[in-house]
Amino acid sequence: MTAILETAPAFDAEREAQKARTVGRINKAGRFLSALGLGWTTPLMLAAAGDSPKAQLREAGRLVGVPLAAILAFLLLWAQLAPMVETSLGAVPGPAQVWEQAVNLHEDHVRERGKEAAFMERQEERNAKLVEAGRADDVKWREYTGKPTYYDQIWTSIQTVFFGFLVATIIAAPIGILCGLSPTANAAFNPMIQIFKPVSPLAWLPIVTMVVSAVYVTNDGLFSKSFLNSAITVTLCSLWPTLINTALGVASIDKDLVNVGRVLKLGTWTKITKLVLPSALPLIFTGMRLSLGVGWMVLIAAEMLAQNPGLGKFVWDEFQNGSSQSLAKIMVAVFTIGIIGFLLDRLMYAIQAAFTYSANR
Amino acid sequence: MKLLTKLAAVALVGLTAGAASADMLDVEKDELKFGFIKLTDMAPLAIAYEQGYFEDEGLFVTLEPQANWKVLLDRVIDGQLDGAHMLAGQPLAATIGFGTEAHVITPFSMDLNGNGVTVSNAVWDAMKPHIPMADGKPVHPISAAALKPVVQQYRAEGKPFNMGMVFPVSTHNYELRYWLAAGGLKPGYYSPENVTGQIDADVLLSVTPPPQMPATMEAGTIYGYCVGEPWNQQAVFKGIGVPVITDYEIWKNNPEKVFGLTAEFAEQYPNTTLALTKALIRAAIWLDENDNANRPEAVKILARSEYVGADAEVIANSMTGTFEYEKGDKRAVPDFNVFFRYFATYPYYSDAVWYLTQMRRWGQIAEQKPDAWYDAVAKKVYRPDIYLKAAEMLVAEGKAEKADFPWDTDGYRAPQDEFIDGVAYDGRQPNAYLEAFPIGLKGAQKVVGGRVDG
Repeated sequence: MTAILETAPAFDAEREAQKARTVGRINKAGRFLSALGLGWTTPLMLAAAGDSPKAQLREAGRLVGVPLAAILAFLLLWAQLAPMVETSLGAVPGPAQVWEQAVNLHEDHVRERGKEAAFMERQEERNAKLVEAGRADDVKWREYTGKPTYYDQIWTSIQTVFFGFLVATIIAAPIGILCGLSPTANAAFNPMIQIFKPVSPLAWLPIVTMVVSAVYVTNDGLFSKSFLNSAITVTLCSLWPTLINTALGVASIDKDLVNVGRVLKLGTWTKITKLVLPSALPLIFTGMRLSLGVGWMVLIAAEMLAQNPGLGKFVWDEFQNGSSQSLAKIMVAVFTIGIIGFLLDRLMYAIQAAFTYSANR
Repeated sequence: MKLLTKLAAVALVGLTAGAASADMLDVEKDELKFGFIKLTDMAPLAIAYEQGYFEDEGLFVTLEPQANWKVLLDRVIDGQLDGAHMLAGQPLAATIGFGTEAHVITPFSMDLNGNGVTVSNAVWDAMKPHIPMADGKPVHPISAAALKPVVQQYRAEGKPFNMGMVFPVSTHNYELRYWLAAGGLKPGYYSPENVTGQIDADVLLSVTPPPQMPATMEAGTIYGYCVGEPWNQQAVFKGIGVPVITDYEIWKNNPEKVFGLTAEFAEQYPNTTLALTKALIRAAIWLDENDNANRPEAVKILARSEYVGADAEVIANSMTGTFEYEKGDKRAVPDFNVFFRYFATYPYYSDAVWYLTQMRRWGQIAEQKPDAWYDAVAKKVYRPDIYLKAAEMLVAEGKAEKADFPWDTDGYRAPQDEFIDGVAYDGRQPNAYLEAFPIGLKGAQKVVGGRVDG
């Protein structure tokens, strides 16, 4: 009897300690998750673990419930208003039609892959025939030449934007560091930065096309000309945020740190890698995040004109089709572009959170 | 299991080996990219791909829709595209240096007819009182003389009368101008300094890409346009305009699109050029086979979003032999699109010369040229030698009939007079032809400043 009564409080204490440990772990994971944009799961997990459930559920309601309700309200409003607007391509599509077209695009993709499989089979048969006829050196293996499906186009767009963005970062970061460290360099570069910054991608595109045509003369190289045209246009428009933010970040490092560097007689390279870069990183990453955002927007416009087979070309071709499904397909593209842009931004934010030192770490 | 099936396939196939592969040309370049604009007459390209005719010749072709005619031409000249669906005037203009200069040739004419002129509802209502009626329906062909009072009224009100066409050297530009001039309206001249084509014009013509035409007309920027299908029927379907005339009625069986490649490509890859011409001829034969029996299937293929993409009902009309003018006024036009009949695919020099005469008529060719010049340019750009070689091969393979090809022609059709204004055209005498028109440059006339001189 006494044994049971005695162990009860100890059991409770054990449970309390365990709960405290779980809560601690959830909170730690929570910091990591919020960097990935999944911070709304933390209150739910805490509520499940029993840590002041009412307060946590209210928190979860704010983080998850309210946005969901807002999205639902938006969908309902859209479904109501859309059929009221008649265009020459039919009524503006509501959420149902847009979903239908999204499904259509997926089915198109599946059908195209089926055609590709059939093509590969035919190719195998053909080559087998050649081998049988003793013409083994006439055997050719060729890629399928069908149209790029929606998923292929999304992937092309992502590749193009990353290529353009990387080139922009490689150009902008060193110049930004130089401008930040040396007021003379800043004065030299500043006028050009200010003049070229506001130029729209559509104005750059013809010039880029001409230059690429003249300089990149092969048509069988690693990159196609349309890919280069789009990627370089993205570079030209997205290098400014990185450049300006890097310059600002470098220029505003703590004067004490600069003095320490002087006292220790640090070489320029060491100064840059050990002092300047780490303290300027938050602003550099902010700049990169902005650049990627701008680059993604610019890419869609650039692709429409440069004919790079990505999302921009998809929107343009659908507009040219003028079929009754075109508007809905274009809206699917709009949502895709938005969602991918959001994911890219989240990715950059996560990388930024990983690299920067803040009071929490 | 998979290996077993493969071995079985090889064994089965091995029994029938040899014969088919022996016919294939030894193509130098087998991975090709062709461009096109979303119009129903890109059909030979789509059919050659979908029916496997390209694959039969050992070619692996990617078909890519282009943003507009200028981008398409530039990419062919640049080498990004190996060949493309082109306006009949593009290879000629490029070779003589009007616009981007490059030696572009064509071994294959893609189709005859296929265009229409559409006007907005408001303009149609204003035209109707001037159009002769029979049985309550307008008498066709409708002359631009019915449009003349409407244009005069608009100009009196201070509104410039704008119309759209697809490209400065497009068949649509020349056909629209021909129709306007035949009705007594001046469509404007070009000069070396001013290439807008609106010098001294009653009707101002400007460029709009085909798919944007219905939207531009709806917006009121243009009051009418000349374009290929499906954009005329699209206007009827959407209730935003009325087609008044088809180019079949302006010039019966006029040449429309050609397949263009750079001269460089044809020189470097002669076998490839022959192979692609063979595939295209087969596609054209299929399209016109058995009195257009395959057209409904062609419509289904063209309605796919990677080809023309418009709704199938809109494409079906013109491809299957009817054309809807006013809503509800459907008339039979069995030859609205001709892909192979009447030797449609043979690249006649006289067709090239007609386009050159129209370029001269409106000032794109600024100075008078002797008849021999027209002949020389036509021979440089149009390549019936490649066409006939490809046709020979097809006849030998049993894929085409000997009677379907004009083996004995010298490249010039017999004089034609089935034009809306009745002026006869003899390709061997371009300058005499130009003299016959009341409106248009003739002889040694030039456009200087804002007027015609001489």
